[in-house]
Amino acid sequence: MSLEVEEGEFFGLLGPNGAGKTTLINVIAGLARADAGSARVMGADVRSEYRRARRMLGVVPQELVFDPFFTVRETLRLQSGYYGLRHNDAWIDEVMHHLDLTGKADANMRSLSGGMKRRVLVAQALVHKPPVIVLDEPTAGVDVELRQGLWQFVRRMNADGHSIVLTTHYLEEAETHCGRIAMLKEGRIVALDTTRNLLGSFSGLELRVVTEEGGEQRLRLASYLELEQALARLRRAGVTIREMEVHPPDLEEVFLRLTGRAS
Amino acid sequence: MNRFTTLCYKELLRFFKVGFQTVGAPVLTTLLYLVIFGNALEGRLEAYPGLRYSAFLVPGLVMMSVLQNAFANSSSSLIQSKITGNIVFVLLSPISYGEFFAAYITASIVRGLVVGLCVLAVGAAFVSLPVHAPWWALAFGLLGAALLGSLGLVAAVVSDKIDQVAAFQNFVILPLTFLSGVFYSIHALPPFWQRLSHANPFFYMVDGFRYGFFGASDFPPAASLAIVFASVLAVSSATLLLLRSGYKLRH
Repeated sequence: MSLEVEEGEFFGLLGPNGAGKTTLINVIAGLARADAGSARVMGADVRSEYRRARRMLGVVPQELVFDPFFTVRETLRLQSGYYGLRHNDAWIDEVMHHLDLTGKADANMRSLSGGMKRRVLVAQALVHKPPVIVLDEPTAGVDVELRQGLWQFVRRMNADGHSIVLTTHYLEEAETHCGRIAMLKEGRIVALDTTRNLLGSFSGLELRVVTEEGGEQRLRLASYLELEQALARLRRAGVTIREMEVHPPDLEEVFLRLTGRAS
Repeated sequence: MNRFTTLCYKELLRFFKVGFQTVGAPVLTTLLYLVIFGNALEGRLEAYPGLRYSAFLVPGLVMMSVLQNAFANSSSSLIQSKITGNIVFVLLSPISYGEFFAAYITASIVRGLVVGLCVLAVGAAFVSLPVHAPWWALAFGLLGAALLGSLGLVAAVVSDKIDQVAAFQNFVILPLTFLSGVFYSIHALPPFWQRLSHANPFFYMVDGFRYGFFGASDFPPAASLAIVFASVLAVSSATLLLLRSGYKLRH
């Protein structure tokens, strides 16, 4: 696999479970070692120049991990220290403010809800102001309110020039935020293009009908001109329609077709 | 703070935050040993001429606490971090394997010595204890804690579960400590067991440490120090190689 993410991009890494998204991220972050090949962060090789590479990178891990011995502020101070940063409190306060963590600064990590722990993970990834931020399934198990706040914050970081790499199962999130997307399957890239082109390459419409019996059917149409014919066919087949929807292709459809799981 | 001091500080903070368990428990255990063995064996065993058995026992108990706590600090901290996954915060950062090693070992040494000093203070409150050569005692304490801290790291790196670390502690560390002459002078043993004791690196640590108090030992202290020092070098090098390889840490 060969992949390059440009500075300042909001890049999406999509694929079914086991496609290799997290493995790829782990190789970039130095948490795993590739059997072959190399990875660079802002030009720094992740093995031979690991110090520089890791300073450039902030990773929000997928698992909800925390150290139960410490408070939120202690956690963030320690994380700063791991990057050799002293007197980082002004920035820590700012990050906590934007992630709505200020009120929990002195709370023990153990006492936080899942959503709050997720915010601390994001804050930890940002203590050293990395130019590249990797979010591995950042909204898994996160409530709607936090999800909105999180995206707002990440978009602001992106607007400030930070490159964002996102893996997600929520295709609509990728569709909304990512400028460019790579789709992975079994460790290989099956598509790599701008979000607009990916959606555009699957022109036409999809007709979704739910029948009286509760069955669902999806039909592909070249344009609205074909709609009448399709409905006539259904009528001839004796199908009674309970629900009907016509929409342009979304990322989910592109994804399913590319990964060979389309019905 | 720089990377090393931060990680070291984190390790120490972790230990002080649960000080009641980490210091209180070994002090209580020592008191029990002192009361039970001291009273039961007082007058029946004479390790060195003119030395009361309970006095003989205290430095051994101190060294035992130093060793066990140094091992416990690095091993329990690392295995917990591995199991809960929060080791990732250290692995993502630019901390090198050398800094990682140094921080964990330093914290192990501090914990070993702090607990050792507390045990010594409690022991000295019950038994009057001569101090013949404190620097010798300190040298053996430091090296012993470093050795066990290093072994603790190895145990935690290769283990996947807390049970495995506990097995290492129960089947390796504990027998070696008990058979190192904490409770007796190896001269009281039959020749075969005396020879076997000389193969136990823990014997030299306990014996040398005791020399610092009584000026008497089963083995020449300078030779013991050399053996312990060589053990520290060997085990530390092996641990550094293990950490550099990323074995069971970076997959």
